Amino acid sequence: MVAPLLSVSALTLGVRRRGRPDTVIVEDLSIDIAPGERFGVVGESGSGKSLTLRAVAGLLPAGVEVLSGGITYDGKDLLGLPAAARRRLMGPEIAMIFQEPMTALNPVVRVGDQIAEGPRRHLGLSKGDAAQLAVEMMARTGIPDPARRARAYPHELSGGLRQRIMIAMAVSCGPRLLLCDEPTTALDVTVQHQVLKVLEALCADGGTALAFVTHDLAVVNQTCTDMAVMYAGHIVESGSVRDVLGDPRHPYTKGLLDSAPDFDQPDRRLVPIPGFPPNLAARPSGCPFAPRCSFAVDACTAAVPARELVAPGHTAACRESDRIFEGALA
Amino acid sequence: MSSTTGPAATTRPATALPDPVLRASGLTKTYRLRPSLATRLARRDDGRTSLRALDGVDLELRQGEILALVGESGSGKSTLAKILVGGTTPTSGDLDHRGEALPVRRDKDASRRIQMVFQDPYSSLNPRLSVGAMLRELLLLHQVVPRAEVRAESVRLLNLVGLEEDALDAYPSQFSGGQRQRLAIARALAVRPDVLIADEPVSALDVSVQATILDLFARLQRELGLSILFVAHNLAVVQHLSQRVAVMYLGRIVEVAETAELFANPRHPYTRALVDSIPRMRAGSVNEEFVLDGEPPSPFDVPAGCRFHPRCPYAVERCRTEDPALAAVGAGHDSACLRAAELPPFQAPPDPAASIDRVDVREELQDETTDPAEVRGPAEPRHPEEHPSPGDPGTPGARSTDA
Repeated sequence: MVAPLLSVSALTLGVRRRGRPDTVIVEDLSIDIAPGERFGVVGESGSGKSLTLRAVAGLLPAGVEVLSGGITYDGKDLLGLPAAARRRLMGPEIAMIFQEPMTALNPVVRVGDQIAEGPRRHLGLSKGDAAQLAVEMMARTGIPDPARRARAYPHELSGGLRQRIMIAMAVSCGPRLLLCDEPTTALDVTVQHQVLKVLEALCADGGTALAFVTHDLAVVNQTCTDMAVMYAGHIVESGSVRDVLGDPRHPYTKGLLDSAPDFDQPDRRLVPIPGFPPNLAARPSGCPFAPRCSFAVDACTAAVPARELVAPGHTAACRESDRIFEGALA
Repeated sequence: MSSTTGPAATTRPATALPDPVLRASGLTKTYRLRPSLATRLARRDDGRTSLRALDGVDLELRQGEILALVGESGSGKSTLAKILVGGTTPTSGDLDHRGEALPVRRDKDASRRIQMVFQDPYSSLNPRLSVGAMLRELLLLHQVVPRAEVRAESVRLLNLVGLEEDALDAYPSQFSGGQRQRLAIARALAVRPDVLIADEPVSALDVSVQATILDLFARLQRELGLSILFVAHNLAVVQHLSQRVAVMYLGRIVEVAETAELFANPRHPYTRALVDSIPRMRAGSVNEEFVLDGEPPSPFDVPAGCRFHPRCPYAVERCRTEDPALAAVGAGHDSACLRAAELPPFQAPPDPAASIDRVDVREELQDETTDPAEVRGPAEPRHPEEHPSPGDPGTPGARSTDA
C-alpha cells in the first residue's frame, strides 16, 4: 500500500453558533487519495461534497469552519500549517479547477498572462519563459492556435475554451493533486467529453492525482478509478468505480443509480428516491438516509452506522448492506 | 439494434402518421448587432453585423408526441422554443397550428394554445404571488372556468402535477426546486394548452428529483394527450423520455428521427459525435471512440457549404461548397448530410443484457409499468415527493411519503 498523497481523517465541517450547538455540515469524513489516483466524489446538492473539496484547498466560505479532524497532504498537516506556507503549496502542489470558468477567471487580464502568473511566482520563471510555458500548457489542453488565444480576454472565448484555460492554469506548475469541482457541469456534452479526455491525459502523463466532485454518476464512471458517495455530510459508500456502480451496497447509491437515466438502458423505468434529504439543522438520529430507505429497520434510527468493509476495497455505511447485495442477485 | 446503412435498411413500416399539431417551415431569426462606437468611427459604413440564430428550420410537432430538441449551446434551440411559444417573432418563415397560420402578434386564444415551462424554477415564478393567486389570475383572464369554480379547478391542477390543496396559500419560496417545477407546469396547464414547450426543464434539478419530473411529463403526455417539445442537452434524459429527436447545429436542424432509430443508427456525423460523447454509467461501457475536434463555429461566421464540415471527419471537397438540405434517409428519418448514405455503419452502444447483473432487478420493475390498461387509467398516481428546501420543514403541498 502506497502512502496516501492526501489523507482526510474524521473531518467535521460546520458553522459555530454562540450558545447553541454547532450546525454540522460534513461529519466524520475520511478519504485517502494515493498519488496518481483518480478519485470521484458523488452526491446531490447539499451533500457537502464541494465543501469538503474547499476545505482541502483552504477555501471554505466565511463562517464555515473545520470543527474537528485533520487534513494531511504528503505528510504535512495542512490545517496546522501557517497561512503563508499553505499558500505556497497551492499551485505547485495542489491546484483547483472550478465549475464556472467565467467567474473564476479575471475578466481584465489576458488569459496567457493569467496562466503565466503561477509559474512566475512559484517556479521563478522569467516573464518570457512563463509566457512561453503558458502557450505550451494551452497547447497541451488542446486549445487550437494557442499563441493567438493567449492574448485573448476570457469573454472572447467559449465556455469549453475557458474551462481549458482554467485547466492549463491549474496544471501550469505541475501539481501532484488536482481538485476539480464539477469542472464540466456547465459544458455541452461534446465539449465535456473533450475536457474529460484532456484531464485524463494530463493525469496519466504527469502522475497527477485527481479529486473530482460531481453530481453525475456517468462522468465519474468515465473519469475516475475510485469513488465515494456522499449523503447529508457523510460518506455512505466508497470503493472502486466498478464495484460501487456495478454492485452498490448502500441503498442511497442504489437509489441514485435507479433514478438516473442510463443511456445503455433506455427502457428502464426511473425510480425516484422517496422523501427528501434531512434538514442540516435538525438531523435525524441514526443513519441520515433511514427516513427515505426502503431497507430500514428499527436499529437504523438508533445510531449512525459505521462504514464497514463489504468486499475487498469496498465499504458501505449500511447495516443492511447484505440484503441489498442479495436483492441485486435475486 | 442492427445498424446498416442505406435507406432500404430502415424497416419500420410507413404507418399513417398523426397530423402535426405545430409546424414550422423555413424559420429564420437574424439578430442585427451594432458594432462598438470605435468601430463605427473607424469605418464609414454603419458596419452592422448580423447573427443568424436560426437559418431555415423546418419542424413538425405531432399530436401527442414528445419531441426532443438537442444541440450545443448556441445552436438555436432556445431561440426556436421562444419563436414557437410566441415570445420572439421570426425574421422569416411560417408557423402553423393545426393547419392554421399563427399570427405574428398572437391574440389571447392563440397564445393560450402553446405554453412554456422554463429551465430555472427559481426565477420563473413570481415570488410575491401565492400559488392560488397565480392560478386564479390565469383562470379568470382566459375564462377557463366560471369564477365560482376557480378554486376547485386550481386544486385539480395541483393534484394533476402531484401537489396538494394546501399549496394554494403558499408562496414559491416555500417549495423545493422540483416542486417549483411542478408549479410551473401547473401554471402552463391552467389555460388548457395543447402544446407544451419545455426549455431544459430538468437541468437545474438533482438526479433523484429529475426522475419525478420526467415521470410527470410522460404522464401528462399519455393522460392529457399533450404534445410536448422538450429542449434538452442531456441525451440520456432525451432517450428516456421522447419519441422523436431533432438535432440542431448552428441554427439548422441536421437530423430528425424516432428516438431508438436516431441513437442506434445516426445518419449525420454530428449526431454520431453527440452519441459518442454521452458519458456512460455502466462499468465496461466507457466510450473511447470519437472526440469531436474544435469548437462550434461562431454563428456570426457560419462556414460555407455544410456548416459542420470544418469539424467533420467524413468531409470531402463537395461538403465545402454544397449546403445540404434536410432530406429523407429512411422512414421518418431525415438527415442533412451529403454523405448520409455513405457513412460507415455506426457502432451501436453495447448491449446492456451482455453486462452486469444489476439488470435483473430492473426488468421486474419494467414489467409492472408496461401494462397498457394501466396506462390509460384516469386514476391519480401517487408520486414519491421530492424534498422541500432545507429550513422549511413544513412545506405545504408535499404529499406525505411513507418512508
